[in-house]
Amino acid sequence: MAKGQKKYEKPKNRKRTILRLGRYMIQYKYLMLLALGLTIGSNLLALIGPMLSGFAIDAIEPGIGRVDFARVFYYAGLMAVFYVFSSILSYILAVLMIHISRKVVYQMRKDVFARLMELPVGYFDTHQTGDIISRISYDIDTVNTSLANDLVQILTTLITVIGAFAMMIIISPKLVLIFAFTVPLSAILTKYITGKTHPLFRLRSHKLGELNGFVEEMVSGQKTLKAYHQEENTINKFDSKNEEAVEAYYRAEYYGSIVGPTVNFVNNLSLTLVSMFGALLFLAGQMSIGSISSFILYSRKFSGPINEAANIMSELQSALAAAERVFNMIDEPAEAADRENASELENVEGNVSLENVSFGYTKEHTIIKGLNLNAESGKLVAVVGSTGAGKTTLINLLMRFYDVDSGRICVDDHDICDVTRKSLRQAYAMVLQDTWLFEGTVFENIAYGKQGATLNEVTAAAKAAKIHSYIKRLPQGYDTVLTDEGTNISKGQKQLLTIARAMLMDAPMLILDEATSNVDTRTEQQIQQAMRKLMEHKTCFVIAHRLSTIQNADVILVVNHGEIVEQGTHKELMEKMGFYYQMYQAQFE
Amino acid sequence: MKKVLSTYLKPYYGRMLVGFVIKFTGTVMDLCLPWILAYMIDTVIPQVGQGTGRNDIFIWGFVMLVCSVLALTFNVIANRMASKVARDTTEAIRHDLFERIMWLSNAKTDAFTKPSLISRLTTDTYNVHQMLGRVQRLGVRAPILVIGGVLVTLTLDPVLTLVLVSVMPVTAFVTYYFSRKSIPMYNALQRAVDQFVRLLREDIAGIRVIKALSKMGYEEEKYDALNKKVVTLERKADATMAIVNPATNLFLNLGLVFVVIAGAYRVNQGNSEVGKILAFLTYFTIILNAMINFSKMFVIISKAVASANRIMEVIDVPDEMLPLVCERLAENEDYIRFEHVTFSYQLTKTEPNLTDISFSLQKGETLGIIGATGSGKSTLAALLMRLYDVDQGNIYIEGEDIRTIPTGRLREKFGVVFQNDTIFEDTIAGNVRMGRTLSDEDVKKAVAYAKAKEFVEEAGRGYDNHINIRGANLSGGQKQRILIARALAAHPDILILDDSSSALDYKTDAALRHELAAHFADTTKFIIAQRVSSILHADHIMVLEDGKMIGYGTHEELLSCCEVYREIRDSQL
Repeated sequence: MAKGQKKYEKPKNRKRTILRLGRYMIQYKYLMLLALGLTIGSNLLALIGPMLSGFAIDAIEPGIGRVDFARVFYYAGLMAVFYVFSSILSYILAVLMIHISRKVVYQMRKDVFARLMELPVGYFDTHQTGDIISRISYDIDTVNTSLANDLVQILTTLITVIGAFAMMIIISPKLVLIFAFTVPLSAILTKYITGKTHPLFRLRSHKLGELNGFVEEMVSGQKTLKAYHQEENTINKFDSKNEEAVEAYYRAEYYGSIVGPTVNFVNNLSLTLVSMFGALLFLAGQMSIGSISSFILYSRKFSGPINEAANIMSELQSALAAAERVFNMIDEPAEAADRENASELENVEGNVSLENVSFGYTKEHTIIKGLNLNAESGKLVAVVGSTGAGKTTLINLLMRFYDVDSGRICVDDHDICDVTRKSLRQAYAMVLQDTWLFEGTVFENIAYGKQGATLNEVTAAAKAAKIHSYIKRLPQGYDTVLTDEGTNISKGQKQLLTIARAMLMDAPMLILDEATSNVDTRTEQQIQQAMRKLMEHKTCFVIAHRLSTIQNADVILVVNHGEIVEQGTHKELMEKMGFYYQMYQAQFE
Repeated sequence: MKKVLSTYLKPYYGRMLVGFVIKFTGTVMDLCLPWILAYMIDTVIPQVGQGTGRNDIFIWGFVMLVCSVLALTFNVIANRMASKVARDTTEAIRHDLFERIMWLSNAKTDAFTKPSLISRLTTDTYNVHQMLGRVQRLGVRAPILVIGGVLVTLTLDPVLTLVLVSVMPVTAFVTYYFSRKSIPMYNALQRAVDQFVRLLREDIAGIRVIKALSKMGYEEEKYDALNKKVVTLERKADATMAIVNPATNLFLNLGLVFVVIAGAYRVNQGNSEVGKILAFLTYFTIILNAMINFSKMFVIISKAVASANRIMEVIDVPDEMLPLVCERLAENEDYIRFEHVTFSYQLTKTEPNLTDISFSLQKGETLGIIGATGSGKSTLAALLMRLYDVDQGNIYIEGEDIRTIPTGRLREKFGVVFQNDTIFEDTIAGNVRMGRTLSDEDVKKAVAYAKAKEFVEEAGRGYDNHINIRGANLSGGQKQRILIARALAAHPDILILDDSSSALDYKTDAALRHELAAHFADTTKFIIAQRVSSILHADHIMVLEDGKMIGYGTHEELLSCCEVYREIRDSQL
């Protein structure tokens, strides 16, 4: 939480954010140019309309009985044609902008996800899933909406303002001086207000992210909340988060919506000044009534789009705040890249050694201290110990989810920091305590680790893992789609599915972290044979509590408080009558 | 569904009305300015030119200034009120939705799916919020301008106005038609967003596996397909709505062409004047701009209607877990009693998840439940807590059918650890306390009973130590012990431990059993386990297979008469 707070107070980099957004757009520069052309075109066509209507009215001018119908129809016809064209152009423009903005959004979403996949696993332990989702859905959406609508508006403003300004200078350079006062005034006011509101928009995105994070966590844990009758309490907690979120939204929206009326006010002010000074100029004989009135007409034209632009300022700002959050995530440091000359780990035999390895998730708290271990190819290494003794941490280090603080880990005499992560991880098959299935068919879930696995292979693996008969009983067998994190599958069945997944992979090393902790022992015994086959010729790291499963291990490491207190075979350790012996006896109590 | 929206907006009708009036005044002030301007040019300046009333310039200038200031003030106030209404309404809708979701039965949650519920709470409520604010801000000026403009043109030349107004139904129809068409599209879009949320949650939860198997590329492909789908749906829906604006424009402009032609005839016949047509054209521009704002509003509304429907779909779900009214007292004194209970998660399934389960327990007794994976052990616990309702049969606690007990009172009796239980991002004490009014002493005791005292007090800030998301900074065994402490903390009448010692070593498991026996003698215990050693000493042991009870008795009884139980025992020696 403290981390998120800091990030949100980071000095504002509005310019950088705009530049980065620009870089996304520049990829479509030809489409953007086309959009620019269309904007100019449809604006010009729209301006021709009134001119034509003027001509038509001239033809009506002569009055009763003398109207030149031929000319009226001619110009009316032309008007119709121009309006049709103008509408078609503006439709094409709208669709084009939708097109471009979707492309940009697609690319942004893609980039964020690609980064997400590169982030170290630790990131996900400290950032709420809901907040991450909020960035990818809500924040990118906001950018998207703004791109599609606001850009055209800004272009239109620019074109009209330049045109009208030119006309006004031609009519009366003196009166234009008024704008030399009011235009900077509105610019300063806008800048002042947006400067004030920018943090509000950030806060709004941030609070919404927080709310989403809360919602995700609570909906995920709904069953537990119900069991403890915490519905009311959770709703109360939600209420305060909700209030913060809507309040942040309100404040941003309210202050943001001041910009529109303020700029409008400045415009009205200039209108007042123009009419007063115009009148004075007229009195001094320097201006005709006609020019005052057309000057005013143009100045109205001038202020209209500026007003519109000011109105969308708040949208632009929320888009920027949102884009900033998205870019922040893209900028999160990824897992350190593989070393430059990192080699591919090939033809792995599976000799793993740890030399004097120390590690802690935080600097203050070392979990593994000076660990030495040698696991030769094909050996079974079991890790036992009281819970929380750092067993899972060992796996995090072997797989390089985290890097060691000191010491080194080698596979076949290659320091694992010198090989590519991908090749290192592919050398392991792993079944974890926290099983993970995704929404997809049973087949896809089992075949996940092996590209292009055939149904026969998958069935064989499922049979070996004793889950085949269960799958057969599902409505669509192997094609049954598992939904919502496999809600109605028991944890044991999930474990069997992930074991089948590991069986399909042909990796030289195997990690089993409490792989069968939720499988009943009878089934476990039935899959023992398959497990043994799975473990054959592989270097295996097995973490287990059921000591029965590891009695035939080549080395048993007994861990306590992050240190290896005993090391040896089952027999040796039992004879030693130490910590292991006590643990073993405990199961018969 | 707008009906329901109106029930949420109803309390604010008064405030909205005041806001509209203020906005209306502000808009009128805004519109006064060009009128004063015209007056100055047409009347004041020529007069001044003739030497009279030079001060009039300054007087009218001052009036214009006042109008500007009032326009600013009123618009800001009105915007503020509109934002407030939007804020309060959204807060209420979101509150009701969240409340409903919290009370939703598990069966319904399964049906909606969690990712969908999450996106309804987040993006959908957000869409509604956005709509409420914008429509109030845009929605005043546009109608005023349209109606005002039409009224003014009526005074100029009613016949020409009719010509212009006659195109409005066409415009209205086009807007209506395309909005109607786009609502299902936005619906489909939101459904795709659900999937998006699902994939993200899934991948974040499984990031270790994905990385371990180097499947990042594969996940990116899956994500890419969804990303494309969302983008395509968005583009389709938006492109559909993009027709409305140019079409409105076109129809009104064509109306203008008709006005010119009709005007020509009328002038020719002497029924109208050229000046009127000119004025007509000026007002027409105002009307046109206002109509365009109207159509913009419809785009926002269409999107929000799709979202509002999705929100209301959840809020309107009937409460199917209401307590039954008739209190039926059971004939006997059993504390907990299952009578012929049958249940399946999906009614369509041929094999029920539990079939004809009957047993009874006295207060303080322990029931051990053992059986193969997927045999229905956890389902039994879920039924006892009434997370799902039984299909057939009855469950009684203290002689009361659990369906007659209000869920709050029912669940207060329980302490439970589920198989896939949730650790929240909170302190250790917060996770144990779970919002209940428990003293620090209770929490400490529970942590000690659960054998978690050592590692809790060892860590930096002890009970105030912060637990990461999904308990990521705890090991599996530590998580389980925190969960057990949570279950024990309120000294429950009934304790359910569903495979909650699977990550504990034997020593800790044994110590935990001693604590339970010593301090929770009055608590009726349901222990679901894989290890015979965990349930060996239970008063009754139930053996489940494929949802059927194939053995019930003490350890010794089962050893002599239950084949499966013997096999299980043998497998663990």
